[in-house]
Amino acid sequence: MKPQRRLLSLFFVFTLFCAPAPAQEPPAKWPGVDETVVERFASELGREARDPYINTDQGDLLLFLFALAGAAGGFVMGYCWHKIFVAGRKPDDKEH
Amino acid sequence: MKRNLLLSALLLLLPAPALAMHISEGILPAGWALFWFAAALPFVALGIRQIQARKQLDPSYIPLLGIFGAAVFVFSCFPIPVPVAGSTAHPAGTGLSAMVLGPFASCVIAFISLLLQALFLAHGGLTTLGGNTFSMGVLGSFGGFFAFRLGRLLRLPLFWCGFLAGVAADLLTYFGTSLEMALALHGDLPVLSVLGQIFLAFMPTQIPLCLLEGAVTGGILVYVRKVRPDILKRLGLLKEAVA
Repeated sequence: MKPQRRLLSLFFVFTLFCAPAPAQEPPAKWPGVDETVVERFASELGREARDPYINTDQGDLLLFLFALAGAAGGFVMGYCWHKIFVAGRKPDDKEH
Repeated sequence: MKRNLLLSALLLLLPAPALAMHISEGILPAGWALFWFAAALPFVALGIRQIQARKQLDPSYIPLLGIFGAAVFVFSCFPIPVPVAGSTAHPAGTGLSAMVLGPFASCVIAFISLLLQALFLAHGGLTTLGGNTFSMGVLGSFGGFFAFRLGRLLRLPLFWCGFLAGVAADLLTYFGTSLEMALALHGDLPVLSVLGQIFLAFMPTQIPLCLLEGAVTGGILVYVRKVRPDILKRLGLLKEAVA
């Protein structure tokens, strides 16, 4: 291994160990009903939720995917809406 | 490149806390998870047939499927803060889709939306997909559909028929979730007692939200009647003059 690469690897390992320990976070505001009801009752009744098989809830990845899903859903909705309610509107359509 | 992609895929599988608003992964035991799949899939299969049949009859059916399918997907992963409860929840949207597209087609939309959310948005779960489809798809769609029909039977104005559908779809979705959890997890406790506790716990968040969903559903119906009344007539939602 080249010295630069070794140095870089050591630096990487060092930063991993130097990462600040996660502080005790206050309870999150605006929890979903999944937390306040579904998972709470499941836990009380002896069943814990597990992580999803494809876990995208990692940092901003989930935010990215939600934004992407919202944009894609919004585009489909807008496109079809325009097709029916704007382009497809006939001049003789009157209020029922 | 391939190694990086493989590494990225593996990183996605690392455990991390997940926040989902339907029944989360792993909450339903395997037997109940399978049972709810078996209960929901016939409705989905009939829905696929309903879509095939309706698209032959009505050329505007596919764009409508696009609008209301996307709407259900967006609504059902859209956490809305409810200030009186201090928590967030999402509407179902299946009341609206059931009225316009038919209740069976609405089950297909719910199934696809929930599948996409379970796969990509850490929302719900793959093992609980059947249960979530049954509550949001089957109970939500049929509840909304019959509430709308009841409103029409009582000759309520179109807005209030839509309002009833939105409220029923929302409440029945959460009733379904409560029922599925109560049946699977009640242990030695009476099922009805557990069902009541879970359903009541949803109410502070869901009552304001179901009123909002009802108003949005009714408002959309009134808008469609104003802009394209022919569509509502073709779909059988408007047969006679309504207020």
